[in-house]
Amino acid sequence: MKQITTPKINKGAMADAKPFFQSDGGPSHAPVDNWQEIAVEKLGQLVESNRALKVFLDSCVKCGACTDKCHYFLGNGDPLNMPVARQDLIRGVYRRHFTLAGRLFPKFVGALDFTEELLDDWSTYYYQCSQCRRCSVYCPFGIDTAEITMAGRAILESVGFKQTYIHTVIDNVHRVGNNLGMIGPAIADTLESLEEEVKEDTGVDVRFPLDDPDADILLVVPSADFYSEPHVDGLIGCAKIFHQTGIRWTLATEASEAANFGLFVGDSSHMKKIAERIQNSALELGVRQILIGECGHAWRVASSYWPELFKDADSPIQPLIEPLHICEFTHSLIENGQLRLDKSVHADKVITFHDSCNVARGSRMGQEPRDIYKIPRNLLRAACDNFVDMARDTICEYTFCCGGGGGLLTDELMKVRVSGASPRVQALENAISTHNVTHMAAICAICKSQFRTVLPHYGLGIDMIVSLHQIVGDAVVLR
Amino acid sequence: MLLSIAFSITYYFAAIVLLVGLLWKVISYARIPSRYLLPIAPVPRTRFGVVVRITRETLFFESLFHASKWTWLFGWIFHYALALVLLRHLYFVTDPVWPWVVWTFVPGDFAAWGMLIGLAGLFGRRIFVDRVRHISSPSDYAMLILLILIAVTGLLLRYNIHVDIFGVREFMLGLINLSPTILPQNVVLYLHLTGVAILVLIFPFSKLIHFPAYFFSPSHNQHYPPRKHVVDE
Repeated sequence: MKQITTPKINKGAMADAKPFFQSDGGPSHAPVDNWQEIAVEKLGQLVESNRALKVFLDSCVKCGACTDKCHYFLGNGDPLNMPVARQDLIRGVYRRHFTLAGRLFPKFVGALDFTEELLDDWSTYYYQCSQCRRCSVYCPFGIDTAEITMAGRAILESVGFKQTYIHTVIDNVHRVGNNLGMIGPAIADTLESLEEEVKEDTGVDVRFPLDDPDADILLVVPSADFYSEPHVDGLIGCAKIFHQTGIRWTLATEASEAANFGLFVGDSSHMKKIAERIQNSALELGVRQILIGECGHAWRVASSYWPELFKDADSPIQPLIEPLHICEFTHSLIENGQLRLDKSVHADKVITFHDSCNVARGSRMGQEPRDIYKIPRNLLRAACDNFVDMARDTICEYTFCCGGGGGLLTDELMKVRVSGASPRVQALENAISTHNVTHMAAICAICKSQFRTVLPHYGLGIDMIVSLHQIVGDAVVLR
Repeated sequence: MLLSIAFSITYYFAAIVLLVGLLWKVISYARIPSRYLLPIAPVPRTRFGVVVRITRETLFFESLFHASKWTWLFGWIFHYALALVLLRHLYFVTDPVWPWVVWTFVPGDFAAWGMLIGLAGLFGRRIFVDRVRHISSPSDYAMLILLILIAVTGLLLRYNIHVDIFGVREFMLGLINLSPTILPQNVVLYLHLTGVAILVLIFPFSKLIHFPAYFFSPSHNQHYPPRKHVVDE
């Protein structure tokens, strides 16, 4: 078994891996005039409006606990991918402009002047962080690099660097209702063909309702679930589960996207606008329950951000319809004996589970703190006799990010994505050699897409990665 | 006489800076809104759970333990030794000496060595581990050197160099009672007291602020409120 080893530091190893940026006019290559002033002012605003940011910038003691915890650093050795070093790109400017020590003795205390080169490092390395928060778990003070990265991106946006991928996606949601820009008729068409496909496979009329006003439950999935592999198999699994239990459910054109890329740039106005589509749909359709499908950060936003986003008295969404994760829902069905599963269909598989970072570290399921880890595993165990976990320090709260989260799932960052996947792949390879693992289930659209793309770089088959509800759905005994 | 006055003024100044600085920092943390739920999982479900989490983290440095055994070992030894040494120094500032302070004399003396061992380990790590070296600023080394200076001079005063301990106590009590007296003459003592004064002065303006700041970290001090229902039956 190979250990996940810590690389020697390799300065500048990833300096050339930059995302595409745009400003309002088109591609963006240079900051706006007087960017320094604007950026420092924005930093001041953020520090004074977000307690976490100020506490995190002040309290790091440079103990080094986080330095070997980031999957990007482990994968490529670039020292600016050590979480503390990445944070210091901002912390240096903060110290220079907002602290006494940094104003008086900048060199001595590591305060940094905001030069063009530093801004260039920001625009590179704040897009080599997937905001997965693994480093924060190990930090003695819980310093959360995701908060720092979000601040860094927000400041970059204020001086003319809006990341093209994230903003294309956000624009799509505002315009059409989902990340992929699928219009209503296309969704209806896709769902119809899914019904035919399932009928062909099983002989049963499993429905995929869209905008059904009689539904009790609204399922909101990431739009990749409408056709990407293996995402769509997860959606089919959900439909089979609803079918077998006879629950009236629906998908919605208006809320055809669970993802919320507003989170990735720390922009609460985008986040709120995107989240409102879901709440509005739920109210219009008159459902009693919102279920969030297999999308990692969607669940983080729904469980950790919705209460605050919709708290304002002037918010049109009152009262909030509390969301449930699809895994919690399925889990309760199994616990109540409402779902019959035939494990024999998976007799030839050995399945492991990839905890998606946003779920495992940024959200909750069930009532107990560790239910977030137990519930997905219970589901897999209920559907398959052969379930094994990967090494303890690579799962649950210590899980490795897939390498493609946080707005990095774009082709120009392939070097970042492939290197960032290496710790997870290493853990998976170890599980393959010791337990003959054949499949790795995930509950996040980004994880699934990322693994489909990067596994071949490590000589592994793309079919290894499966949706959790695909495994459960395949085992459902249809009537 | 002149030096006694200088030390008296410095210590009063340092005490004011520490109090005002800490208060100013803590108030600024408390005042800035903390809007979103940002706890790091696994997240407690109750306030009591949060208290347990923070207590365990404060007493045992649990996260650091999982992160790096060596850093944990040296860091933990240093912090506990420092705490014992501080308690042992209550001898100099309580009058009459609080009865239980007597019990800290022997462990407090041992702890001074513990401080040195912990600090040496942390210093070594900062020099020899390439990752930690890369993230270190001059001030990070300087703070360790300052603490080592304080510990070494303290040990010298305890074991090697004769100093009028009662006179030092008189001086400290004099400061506290706002009637400063003469400080015994001793260069090592001057060094020790200067080191401590610098440490106190930089406390609110440096990373040393991590002690009060930690309690404001939403990663650890938040919990998920109970949900109305888990599943609609």
